[in-house]
Amino acid sequence: MAAEAHGEEAGGLVFHPMDQFIVKPFFGDGAVSWYTITNATVWMALAVLAVFALLVLGTSKRSVIPTRMQSVGELAYGFIYKMVEDICGKDGVKYFPYIMTLFMFIVFSNFLGLLPMAFTPTSHIAVTAIMAFAVFFAVTILGFVKNGASFLGLFWVSSAPLALRPILALIEVISYFVRPVSHSIRLAGNMMAGHAVIKVFAGFAAIAAIAPLSIVAITAMYGLEILVSFIQAYVFTILTCVYLKDALHPHH
Amino acid sequence: MATEPIDMEVAGMCVNEFGGAIGMPQLCGEWFGNQIFWLVVALVAIYFILSRIALPRIGSVLAERQGTITNDIAAAEDLKVKATEAEAAYDKALIDARAEAHRIVAAAKADIQADLNKAIAQADVEIAEKAAESEKAISEIRASAMQNVEEVAKDTAQAIVAALGGSADAKTVSAAVEARMKG
Repeated sequence: MAAEAHGEEAGGLVFHPMDQFIVKPFFGDGAVSWYTITNATVWMALAVLAVFALLVLGTSKRSVIPTRMQSVGELAYGFIYKMVEDICGKDGVKYFPYIMTLFMFIVFSNFLGLLPMAFTPTSHIAVTAIMAFAVFFAVTILGFVKNGASFLGLFWVSSAPLALRPILALIEVISYFVRPVSHSIRLAGNMMAGHAVIKVFAGFAAIAAIAPLSIVAITAMYGLEILVSFIQAYVFTILTCVYLKDALHPHH
Repeated sequence: MATEPIDMEVAGMCVNEFGGAIGMPQLCGEWFGNQIFWLVVALVAIYFILSRIALPRIGSVLAERQGTITNDIAAAEDLKVKATEAEAAYDKALIDARAEAHRIVAAAKADIQADLNKAIAQADVEIAEKAAESEKAISEIRASAMQNVEEVAKDTAQAIVAALGGSADAKTVSAAVEARMKG
């Protein structure tokens, strides 16, 4: 409709790789205020429902010999639990539900976003930045609450030569404050880039001669995106664990 | 198909008149509030689903499975020990039975030997008796034969003497024959 009309003006080829990221009201048209139910809302809700289906409905039988769904749920549980335990240690296990929440939300948003016509909440910097800053502030506050002023020892590399320590401290402080930025942009950027590239290849499919190549490329990108969807969720989660470990055990 | 340009007042600066994106929709500030609000709602919802229902349930299922596996392994160990004991008991019973069998065989052999010895001894006695009786009978027969021979010899000698024309005194003849026979 609107996109077609817009495309004709550009002369045959239709390239609107960014249109898929537009947030619009799900019911009718109108302004997007903070409470409006938008496509972002709907796909986040679907992610919540998917989490509920996998981890609650899938395990409702509580069988000792698991069904397939329960087995997948247990796999996800064990995967994140082991990650938290390995990286943060035994005292990090009590933060496992928070980390599991982040992982399940990201992984289901990513995978649901791969459905055709879907919207991917995690491709938006607003979403990932909130999660990254939440992790950043939580970890920083937790670090000071648990360790007091000695949390600042995180920046004072006591194993380095004394002359180098102030310089290293400066670098450490900068890298500490850059954490939430890289943490959020890594996820949003990966998701956005993959989806946009698929759209660009799809745009080339309008030319008959290139269409087969375009379809092959879309298929290949889609496969890569499936991989990226999981890996980015994994990376976000494991970095959260690493930051949490720094808060719990700030001394190198 | 007629295009429906989104009202600029409504869409702001993020969407052009054809509903296409201007620049990166990710950077459109007027959508931030909506996304952040619903993100927080979604995360809180997931957190409560996980912490209230899903994680305790999965944790208990995993613990229960671990317990079951541990119990089963312990039970298997017990059964293994019992099997070993049973095998030892079986071996012991086998050895005992063998020893008992040996003992019974030896006792039977000894009994048989004793019976045999007894029977042999009895047989020997009987044989000795029979032999003595026979001896006696033979000696009687021999004695009676000797007597007969003596009588026959006396009679014959008397008859021969008479035939030669001599008159022989019976006593003399018999004395002579006796002396001859002893000689």
